[in-house]
Amino acid sequence: MKFNLKVWRQKNAKADGRLVDYTIDNINVDMSFLEMVDVLNDELIRKGEDPIAFDHDCREGICGMCSMYIDGRAHGPHHAATTCQLYMRTFKDGDTIYVEPFKAKAFPIIKDLAVDRSAFDRIIAAGGFVSVNTGQAQDANSLPVEKEAAEKAMDAAACIGCGACVAACPNSAAMLFVSAKISQLAMLPQGGPERKNRAIKMVEQMDAEGFGNCTNIGACEAECPKEIKLTNIARMNREYLAATIIDE
Amino acid sequence: MSELNSKIPDGPLTEKWANYKEHAKLVNPANKRKIEIIVVGTGLAGASAAATLAELGYKVKAYCFQDSPRRAHSIAAQGGINAAKNYKNDGDSVFRLFYDTIKGGDFRAREANVYRLADVSRNIIDQCVAQGVPFAREYGGLLDNRSFGGAQVSRTFYARGQTGQQLLLGAYQALERQIGLGNVTMYSRHEMVELVTIDGKARGIIARDLITGKLERHFGHAVLLCTGGYGNVFYLSTNAMGSNVTASWKAYKKGAYFANPCYTQIHPTCIPVTGDYQSKLTLMSESLRNDGRVWVPKTKEDSEAIRKGTKKAEDIKEDDRDYYLERKYPSFGNLCPRDIASRAAKEVCDEGRGIVPSGFGVFLDFAAAIKRLGVDTVKARYGELFPMYQNITNEDPLKTPMKIYPAVHYTMGGTWVDYELMTTVQGLYCLGEANFSDHGANRLGASALMQGLADGYFVIPSTISNYLSPEIFTKPIPTDHPAFVEAENAVKERSEKLMSIQGKRTVDDFHKQLGKIMWEYCGMARTAEGLTKARDLIRELRKEFWSDVKIPGLLNDFNSEFDKAGRVADFIELGELMVVDALHRNESCGGHFRVEYQDQGEAKRDDANFAYAAAWEFKGVDTDPVLHKEELKFENVELQVRSYK
Repeated sequence: MKFNLKVWRQKNAKADGRLVDYTIDNINVDMSFLEMVDVLNDELIRKGEDPIAFDHDCREGICGMCSMYIDGRAHGPHHAATTCQLYMRTFKDGDTIYVEPFKAKAFPIIKDLAVDRSAFDRIIAAGGFVSVNTGQAQDANSLPVEKEAAEKAMDAAACIGCGACVAACPNSAAMLFVSAKISQLAMLPQGGPERKNRAIKMVEQMDAEGFGNCTNIGACEAECPKEIKLTNIARMNREYLAATIIDE
Repeated sequence: MSELNSKIPDGPLTEKWANYKEHAKLVNPANKRKIEIIVVGTGLAGASAAATLAELGYKVKAYCFQDSPRRAHSIAAQGGINAAKNYKNDGDSVFRLFYDTIKGGDFRAREANVYRLADVSRNIIDQCVAQGVPFAREYGGLLDNRSFGGAQVSRTFYARGQTGQQLLLGAYQALERQIGLGNVTMYSRHEMVELVTIDGKARGIIARDLITGKLERHFGHAVLLCTGGYGNVFYLSTNAMGSNVTASWKAYKKGAYFANPCYTQIHPTCIPVTGDYQSKLTLMSESLRNDGRVWVPKTKEDSEAIRKGTKKAEDIKEDDRDYYLERKYPSFGNLCPRDIASRAAKEVCDEGRGIVPSGFGVFLDFAAAIKRLGVDTVKARYGELFPMYQNITNEDPLKTPMKIYPAVHYTMGGTWVDYELMTTVQGLYCLGEANFSDHGANRLGASALMQGLADGYFVIPSTISNYLSPEIFTKPIPTDHPAFVEAENAVKERSEKLMSIQGKRTVDDFHKQLGKIMWEYCGMARTAEGLTKARDLIRELRKEFWSDVKIPGLLNDFNSEFDKAGRVADFIELGELMVVDALHRNESCGGHFRVEYQDQGEAKRDDANFAYAAAWEFKGVDTDPVLHKEELKFENVELQVRSYK
């Protein structure tokens, strides 16, 4: 297979970026998208050019590090899959493919397709945890959890923190990510004692990082590789409201 | 260099850990604030250690090469985590988990460490549940368990097929909480490129900022390596692309012995290699062998027809199929252990009966299970795995058999540590997969997560204070100390040398070649002849690498190719040590199979001569390493031959 690629190249955070044209040939249908980029980079290195910088690690769809905006979609056209789990058979021979970084004010570009998503870490640090020091725990079975609640908590916990929701959202909102963690911990009794504080702190940090707000478009849910549901955002709003109104 | 002292506490096996903790020296809370600890790596071992040490009051600095500590490759573990809770009332106990782990490791692990691991396994589950890890539960609201390879009890806790992810996120959140409280300083996108020692003690690291390429000096009263396994020495493995041996290797060169490097685990059920472009191999959970039947055609002709595409699996009649695991191991069949199943697949493919174009692949067939249970049941049982396979291969395993082949998955060997997890360098510790301690020559399923968290949450907090107690008198050493300057200069010099080569071959080119050598000669079946040849090939490769590698870009920049080059240079040296270790171990045990030492295809251990851990001391890149033996004493289990026939 042969492809025309238009790839976002940007030297560093301060430089201006632009789309650069590449053609690539002899691509096997069974290659992953990242392996196709590997082949392109190999060619660039041999020609003495700077290879395309991009983030990736596990290449099995779970670490959340890969982050390309392909043909106008976060992680590309394959539904419920990360960039590393997108295969070239999804495309047609001769296609022109646009490859850009995840773009958002709160995700500054580092180089080419690599962006800084540390804002997500800071949101977790603000409240996305249960305050239990090692050794303080009681026996694991001393607190039963309703199976349905445990399953719903797991649905929310499946988030891999890749940031596709932010990249897909016209408002660059991080609400799907934030609400997934708030929901997971709100549905489990272990998360109970800090429930209010957590909602307030995480939302505050989310706003401080410069993420936008939710206007119920649903692009985040549509592009989420782990199919995190929009209902989490509703739950987060409820948690936040309850925490702020019922306070005092 | 000191002699190996494993510092195993006296007393009966069951009381060693309690005795140790009762007598270990402590650091009072006011003094903890003055002590700085460096934690390299933020997987299960690193994140749990960093969080716990910070909770105790130490000043912690944590490092990871990924963009966030949450990305570490522990996240990819699927199946589960073992713990001797005996919630199922099926006769489990700490001793049974200890025994299964020792036996699974083919009697090549240290009894005292393994017993402690089994003991604290119960606390891990309590801790993780308290953190909000959403483990699978039964309708009554209590925790569910499933069974896993190598055990007769159900002791595996799980969170769907994402157990590693959920445990890591639990540890990551605990770590982020400490970051938020100001007790941990996190350095993401940083890679440790050198260890700094002063007067024989680990006192810091040189780290490369992977965004700017700048070298940084960091002081610590102690340094913890929690940097994972070295499976990527084979190029293709189930590891993440960035997983590397560099931190351990720098420590090795500074005096930390490296133990049992030849013990590598090859997992039997992975998606086969399809081409040279391939960057990694994907694991299909071991659980598939519960219902899948492994086979190849009986004749080479049929196999060739399948390889060429003139015949399909469905065209091969039942009588013309060789269900070789069922044939060779009637009592365990398709569920024989990982090392056995992997070798058997290699054997039939070497005979020319492989069924993928490369010749290296066998069928894993669910037709019988579908007939017996119906499509819906099979689908429900392996929910996430079938779509994952189909996405990667474009074939539906419900309609045609899966194609699988063994792939490198885990490394049991690693940096040698004593009972306190301290290496042979004072104040340098090693935790999790990076150390050698608990799995002997073969690891059982669902035990890697257990070990990472045991080391980080429960072992290191107790053992490190024993070392740090007198360290309260050591003031933080300024990083303009000559040892830091010298270490940084060495890194600089090496980096500049790498960049100045500007040869013709890419880093991946060399890495792939190394992988092929390792896979062929130091993979599933090893011979003295092959290993000897491999050593020469690796040495040649090293020379070629240092004279012909081509690294683009600049040193002081975001330069992934340079990062890879440094890692590959270390992998090449490690490869040679693995070969040396495999060549010296004239026996077969667990993941180490020497063709010369077998009993009709089964591994033949030599307990009289090889019941020891081989710890290698670095003596120079072109000089042979020196072997130190830690004799393994088995006082609580009886050495047995593993048989699955």
